[in-house]
Amino acid sequence: MSILVDKKTKVICQGFTGKQGSFHSQQALDYGTKLVGGVTPERGGQSHLGLPVFNTVNDAIKQTGATASVIYVPPFFAADAILEALEAGIELIVCITEGIPTLHMLRVKAAMQGTKSLLIGANCPGIITPDECKIGIMPASIHQAGSVGIVSRSGTLTYESVHQTTQQGLGQSTCVGIGGDPIHGMNFIDVLSRFEADPQTKGIVMVGEIGGSDEEDAADYIKAHVTKPVVAYIAGQTAPAGKRMGHAGAIVTAGKGTAESKMNALKIAGVEVVSALTDIGVAMQRCF
Amino acid sequence: MNIHEYQAKKLFQHYAIPTPQGCVASSALDAQNIAETLTNESWVVKAQIHAGGRGKVGGVKLAKTPSDVFNFTNELIGKRLITKQTNAHGLPIESVLIEKTYPIKRELYLSLLVERSSERLVFVASSAGGIDIESIAHQLPEEIITVTVHPATGLQPSHCRKIGYALKLERAQQKQLDVILHGMMNLFLEKDASQIEINPLIETQTGELIALDAKINFDDNALALHDDILALRDANQEDAKEHEAEQFGLNYIALDGNIGCMVNGAGLAMATMDLVKLKGGLPANFLDVGGGTNAEKVCEAFKLILADGNVKAVLVNIFGGIVKCDIIAQGILAAMAQINVHVPVVVRLEGTNANEGRALLSNTQFTLYAANDLNDAAQQVVSLAKGIA
Repeated sequence: MSILVDKKTKVICQGFTGKQGSFHSQQALDYGTKLVGGVTPERGGQSHLGLPVFNTVNDAIKQTGATASVIYVPPFFAADAILEALEAGIELIVCITEGIPTLHMLRVKAAMQGTKSLLIGANCPGIITPDECKIGIMPASIHQAGSVGIVSRSGTLTYESVHQTTQQGLGQSTCVGIGGDPIHGMNFIDVLSRFEADPQTKGIVMVGEIGGSDEEDAADYIKAHVTKPVVAYIAGQTAPAGKRMGHAGAIVTAGKGTAESKMNALKIAGVEVVSALTDIGVAMQRCF
Repeated sequence: MNIHEYQAKKLFQHYAIPTPQGCVASSALDAQNIAETLTNESWVVKAQIHAGGRGKVGGVKLAKTPSDVFNFTNELIGKRLITKQTNAHGLPIESVLIEKTYPIKRELYLSLLVERSSERLVFVASSAGGIDIESIAHQLPEEIITVTVHPATGLQPSHCRKIGYALKLERAQQKQLDVILHGMMNLFLEKDASQIEINPLIETQTGELIALDAKINFDDNALALHDDILALRDANQEDAKEHEAEQFGLNYIALDGNIGCMVNGAGLAMATMDLVKLKGGLPANFLDVGGGTNAEKVCEAFKLILADGNVKAVLVNIFGGIVKCDIIAQGILAAMAQINVHVPVVVRLEGTNANEGRALLSNTQFTLYAANDLNDAAQQVVSLAKGIA
């Protein structure tokens, strides 16, 4: 078991024939992901990486039966791509693109309300269930099938958490990068609830960062609903207020969204909060 | 991106939001001429910088005569203004806004922003304006209301009425408010703003509503869609090094410490700073070399870090995903060959092609400290910066 994706998940790629789409699709195929085709308007009927190219997501679903889509289109076209996938009824939409205007995402999220589709990202590394399905830009080699569920707002910090849990011999059930934008798809709670319900997941690593209140909300949720051990790390403990730290969503404004507030909330919820990034793996090991 | 108050007010006028009569000036003579044209009994001279808190530090002055306007402008232009929102160096004053004064009956607060938690545009309004919203929230939380607007329906008359009641307006003033609220909403949506703040929105003795101050921030991710907004950028108000970094696709923020950090990924860059601090050191900067980095970028990153005279040691922390560690290693070697790297450099490489990268770095004449892991790297760089390694 795992969450959201496994070896049976049929995936298409939007922006399939572009540079990023091509590179990461090949990587996904090499990993064994059931990538069944891609979408690039005006290229329908062609073949790319040995797979069919379609003009629309609708065509791709009809021909392949795909239920997941990964999006590698440039920022100003990404909202359109997400909406196309949504309207075609794709169940899991993973948007890797960085730099999407906030108002675009605000409209996308409003359109998603009341639908059954799930969105991961944007501005995220994607999702991987080791040895089964890799959707995104994460380096394959660091992963190992196992029992820790990882959820993170940061790409590289997901990799660090993966690396450390692999080194500890724990491995990962599924890793989800929820992305660094202020308005994004699935949040911590959406992922935590699935890890709690997943029998393969025995422990959870949650990596947050400054800005917003997703971590505080997650703390309340964990306190009430999560029985599995959770290790958390919050990046940006030394970040100056009012400065955007790389990610569009990583900013402390008027004393809100500080690492301290998030760490306290999580500690109160019974989460094992580590101050040093390098302690994530050992702290998780101690919980087992 | 921030813009100046005078630029924000021009945009306001375009969207029918009333602003005081006035004009921007970059010399004392211009300022005096403007005052003479705007017949009035007094004028206000407002230093144009990208930060609030100007009034408390002499950046906003009340002039009783056009020659006062001349003198105040002379005092302000060319100076740097340090407010509680700037760093210790302050920001340069290159222009002033000269405006007519108005008899104020009440000061109100109005803003429009993206609320992350509800994923909606939200108006924030208060009848207790003139002080910053955090202070209002602290002192008079019951005086603040928020009105959430759904993107599918847009701004509705009921939204406007709710804000009107909260601002304790007369019925006749509601129409004025409707124009202001629609102006704010249209400006926000058409120009991809991230925040519009009017503080204070004044009610004059004769009942008019006027935006006495104006602050607009824009979504950096959308700037490429708006050439007109991009043209308002004033690089002189931005940190010179942050601006330079941006030209090379690097994300750099200067800090006060002495350990330079070069990291891939925003999250890891923050976490590296945190770890340096935990080990007893102080980071000199935040620097994300980005996902698609190359040798040239690494070289530029080194130049930026070393341009800070405080830097005593550098920590390079790379977790290769898309970024290949051997490419980073080549960049480090190229930088070492090109510029005089006079401080110790600790390198931690992990992930894609880490072994190839480490091999490249070990076969060189330069003094590099290879770290076994991130903990070791942070420990080493802190010791080196303190000169005890």
